Amino acid sequence: MNYHAVWSIYRFEMARAFRTVMQSIISPVISTSLYFVVFGAAIGTRIESVEGVSYGSFIVPGLIMLSLLTQSIANASIGIYFPKFVGTIYELLSAPVSYLEIVISYVGAAATKSILLGLLILLTASFFVSLRIEHPFWMLLFLVLTALTFSLFGFIIGIWADGFEKLQIVPLLIITPLTFLGGSFYSIKMLPPFWQTVALFNPVVYLISGFRWSFYGISDVHVGVSVGMTFVFLAICLAVVAWIFKTGYKLKN
Amino acid sequence: MQSIIQVENLSKVYKTGFQALKSVSLDIRKGEIFALLGPNGAGKTTLISIICGIVNPTSGRVTADGHDILRDYRQARAKIGLVPQELTTDAFESVWNTVTFSRGLFGKAANPAFIEKILKDLSLWDKKDSRIMRLSGGMKRRVMIAKALAHEPSILFLDEPTAGVDVTLRRDMWNLVRELRANGATIILTTHYIEEAEEMADRVGVINKGELILVEEKATLMKKLGKKRLTLELAEKLDRVPDALAPFNLAIGEGGTTLTYSYDTNAERTGITRLLQGLSEAGIRFRDLDTEQSSLEDIFVSLVSG
Ligand SMILES: Nc1ncnc2c1ncn2[C@@H]1O[C@H](COP(=O)(O)OP(=O)(O)O)[C@@H](O)[C@H]1O
Ligand SMILES: [Mg+2]
Repeated sequence: MNYHAVWSIYRFEMARAFRTVMQSIISPVISTSLYFVVFGAAIGTRIESVEGVSYGSFIVPGLIMLSLLTQSIANASIGIYFPKFVGTIYELLSAPVSYLEIVISYVGAAATKSILLGLLILLTASFFVSLRIEHPFWMLLFLVLTALTFSLFGFIIGIWADGFEKLQIVPLLIITPLTFLGGSFYSIKMLPPFWQTVALFNPVVYLISGFRWSFYGISDVHVGVSVGMTFVFLAICLAVVAWIFKTGYKLKN
Repeated sequence: MQSIIQVENLSKVYKTGFQALKSVSLDIRKGEIFALLGPNGAGKTTLISIICGIVNPTSGRVTADGHDILRDYRQARAKIGLVPQELTTDAFESVWNTVTFSRGLFGKAANPAFIEKILKDLSLWDKKDSRIMRLSGGMKRRVMIAKALAHEPSILFLDEPTAGVDVTLRRDMWNLVRELRANGATIILTTHYIEEAEEMADRVGVINKGELILVEEKATLMKKLGKKRLTLELAEKLDRVPDALAPFNLAIGEGGTTLTYSYDTNAERTGITRLLQGLSEAGIRFRDLDTEQSSLEDIFVSLVSG
């Protein structure tokens, strides 16, 4: 293992986030706060509590997931896409680092950033609504697994993309809708039966449901199913990354 | 002489179907400066990129210091430093950080004293905290050299190092290359400037259309293919070359005041004695004479077109 290399890349990627504090930290915090003001305070007061949890508190896990998913993807995809775009990837490819080390460092840094961000949003939320975390261990597990999985997914997008549109199209057209429709702001039990069935095809439902369970003990699907699905996504992403590196897909001519 | 890089029957066909290298075999000797000379599109960058791990070979085998570049890529790559043709650097990083990063990436423990030395050698020390995007093109090139040297490679590739580079940097770079070589490093540079190869290299390889046409000691190459020109400055104007001197293929200069004779330095007879004799018999007197060795440029043109 080339630890020096892993550490160098990891640190480089973390430094990049702190250089762009505005974009990577402040803006998600501000937008989350706005959600609380709009949904929690303004609209939430008119919505009765969901399964015994006040609406403002109910949306916290979903909001964290929303940021976790989009930021993991954004961080990891730009992290690997940018060197490809400006050409500095030559150095990475000519260095004595294995593909595994590349993934660990880039994905590790992206996941770290989004976990920190998730915790920051949690902290922000605690100023607006009362929170309780019934299963802290599971909460952290979901946080870490989701951050890792979607950072891997972002890494894949970053390698696949050969332009900035492609970089943005997956988060914009797939992830954001799935997250909004995945029960960030409501319980899917509120939906008519038909749409409840449709919702089960939305992978994000399982993530949000499991994460919310770790807070309030309420869920749309059994928490075991949520954990299982999270691992399935992780496995799929790992398999795709392994294939990319085996074939040199879009990295080497 | 011990060889440090061995290239065996290396071929590369790009996804477009274009064959950029055609069964290239080449041995680079330890401690030499090797110039890979060829026109644009000859395959120089492709060859270097394969050796450095940036491009996958289609077939063939390469070892660096005895390590197969694919199987033992870690050991092979740790030995190699690369300054690529294009100026590609992280815009937002500081000089110090980017060079430190390179050292770590190649698996070496941090060594601020060594980084300091490199930056000083490359006149980058007072720019160490500057963001790279604030530097001039020449300074950026220096940064790329510093990055390539950060992990103390024993083999250094310089791809078109002086393309678009000012005189100062060019001179600094050659001094650096000589110093590196004096410390035992092997340097491989590509260029399409012949003067560069002529000035720097111990050996020269000529590549064209993906084929390595020849590899030769520079001195041998110059001697082997070297033509010399003898130019005579005439005492009196001459309208045409007398028939008696026709076998010498003399060329009359503009204004009829010079005569030029080309001859092969390696031929058994250069024909100079007979020419001078012929001139005196024809009553042509000259005031001065001058000989000129043909440059690698001439050699190259004759090889590529021949
Ligand atoms: N990624 C690529 N895909 C297809 N063709 C390429 C690629 N890279 C280089 N080539 C072609 O291969 C040939 C050799 O290129 P290169 O090695 O860059 O030449 P040189 O460095 O000698 O100028 C050129 O004709 C170039 O167009
Ligand atoms: Mg080139």
